[in-house]
Amino acid sequence: MNIPRHWRETPERYRLEAAKCRKCGKIAFPARLICPDCGHKEFEKINLSGKGKLLTYTIIRTAPEGFEDIAPYAVGIVEMEEGVSVMGQVTDCDPEELKTGDTLVTKFRRMSEEGKTGLIMYSYKFVPDIGV
Amino acid sequence: MKEVAIIGIGIIKFGELWDKSLRDIAVESALNCLEDSGTDRIDSINIGCMSSGLFIGQEHLASIIADYLGRLNIPSTRVESACASGGLAVRSAFLEVAAGMSDYALAIGVEKMTDVSMGEATYALATAADQDYEAFHGITFPGLYAMLARTHMERWGTTREQLAEVAIKNHRNGSMNQYAQFPFTITLDAVLKSTMIADPLRLLDCSPVTDGAAALLLTTVENAKKLKKHPVVVISGIGSAVDSIALSQRKDLLELKAVKTAAGMALQMSGRTINDIDFAEVHDCFTIAEILVLESMGILEPGKGGPATLEGYTALDGKFPVNPSGGLKSKGHPVGATGVAQIFEIVNQLRGNSGKRQIPGARIGLAQNMGGSGGSCICHIIEAK
Ligand SMILES: [Zn+2]
Repeated sequence: MNIPRHWRETPERYRLEAAKCRKCGKIAFPARLICPDCGHKEFEKINLSGKGKLLTYTIIRTAPEGFEDIAPYAVGIVEMEEGVSVMGQVTDCDPEELKTGDTLVTKFRRMSEEGKTGLIMYSYKFVPDIGV
Repeated sequence: MKEVAIIGIGIIKFGELWDKSLRDIAVESALNCLEDSGTDRIDSINIGCMSSGLFIGQEHLASIIADYLGRLNIPSTRVESACASGGLAVRSAFLEVAAGMSDYALAIGVEKMTDVSMGEATYALATAADQDYEAFHGITFPGLYAMLARTHMERWGTTREQLAEVAIKNHRNGSMNQYAQFPFTITLDAVLKSTMIADPLRLLDCSPVTDGAAALLLTTVENAKKLKKHPVVVISGIGSAVDSIALSQRKDLLELKAVKTAAGMALQMSGRTINDIDFAEVHDCFTIAEILVLESMGILEPGKGGPATLEGYTALDGKFPVNPSGGLKSKGHPVGATGVAQIFEIVNQLRGNSGKRQIPGARIGLAQNMGGSGGSCICHIIEAK
C-alpha cells in the first residue's frame, strides 16, 4: 500500500470523521459525495464519538498476509451511538469473552506495517468500555 | 430480443491442477464444450475470471485465451464481478446472442488459484471486500461470513449442527460427481472437529481453493432446434444486481438484497414464480451462505434455512434439491468458473444426464452466483423446452 493511499484516509482513520447529510441527516462513514438515502450532495463534517455496541464479530484464526503475527484476533461490526456502523478490530480483551451487545469505544492504535516501504499504519481499534 | 439456448457445455475435473496452466484449463473446457455442442462456430468469447492478476500475474486474458483457443479476430471480452464473474460471463454471452451481435457466443469461466501460497490466495480473495474499510482491518472472507453466521445463530437459533448439514448434504451429492474436487462424503463429527478458521466457521464450513474452468455455447433457440443433438435448453430469465460490498453499510445483515433482487428479476423475465422452480445450484461458498441465499430468494422463510436443511428439504430426494452437483463445497470453488459450472450442472440435469444424482423430472432450474459477501449476484433461470 503506498503512502498517499493511507494518508488520504487519515480523517476517517485518525479521528472517525463522518459526513452528515444536510437534507435528511443520514450519517455516512466513510464520507460519500452523494447521500445513499436521499441523493442530496451537501454534507456537514462530524466526528463520531467512538462509542458503540458490538453488533456481530468473529475471531480470525487464519489471517491474511500482513496479519499473521497478531492472530488470533477479533474483528467486529459496531453500531456507533450516532447510528452508523463501523468495522474494526476488537482488542485489549480476551476475544473468547466478547458478546454481541458489548459496549466498546475506539482507541488510536498501530494497525500494520507495510513491508516494502516500512510505512507504519495507524487507525482506530475497538476496546471494551471500562468507563475511563 | 432473441430467445437464447444453451447448445454446448464443457467442464474439466476441478482440483489442484499442478500440471495445468490457466490457459490450458480455459481452452480444455472450451474444447469440451464445442465437442458437446456438435458445432465449432464461435462469433464472440466472453470470459469470467476474478483475479488472474493476483493469482498468476496475468491480465489481458481475453486475448490470451482466444489465441490459445485458435480463435483470433473475433470479439473477446473479460468480465469481473469477484466470485460472480462466471455468471456475469454467461450474461454477457446471452446479451451477444439476444441482441443479434453474435449467432454463437461462448462463455468461459476460469480461475487458477493454486500457483500462489494460501496466504496470497486469502489476500487475493479478500480483494472482493472493501479494501479500505474491511480488508484494512484484517478481515477475511471466512471472517465476513462468520459474522453473518453469528448473527443468524443469535437471531434465529440456528445451530452448529444445522450449518454442518449444508456441508454434509453437498458432499453427499458431490461424492457422485466425477468432476468434483472432493468427491467423498463427510460426517458431522468431522465438520465439528475441523480446524476453526473464523469463529463460528470451521474448515469444513468453507469451500476450498480450486483450479477449474467451465464453458457454455449459446445460440438462438431457432439455431438450437436445427442441431437436434440434445434436447433444447433455454435461458428464460436473467437477473443481476449489486449491494454495498461492506457489511457495515447494510441495514439488515441477514437480507442479501442483491440476491433477492437478482432472483426476482430473473423470475419476472421468465414469467415464473419461485414455486415453479424444480431445483437450484446456489453459491454455498460457506455453509451459512446457502442458508442466507435460500432465505433471501424466498425459497425458505427467514430463519427456516437451518431446520429445513437438517430435515432434508434441500437434499437430492427432498422437496427442493439444492446443489445436486455438490456445490462449491464439494465440487470446488475456482471463483471465476463457479457461475458457469453451476449452469453446466443444470443443463445436464435438464438433459437427464446426471446419472446417480439425476433429479427425476427436472424441467426448470435456477443458478444463483454471488460475488463477495453478497455485493453482487447473478441469477439464471434455465428450462427444458
Ligand atoms: Zn440524505
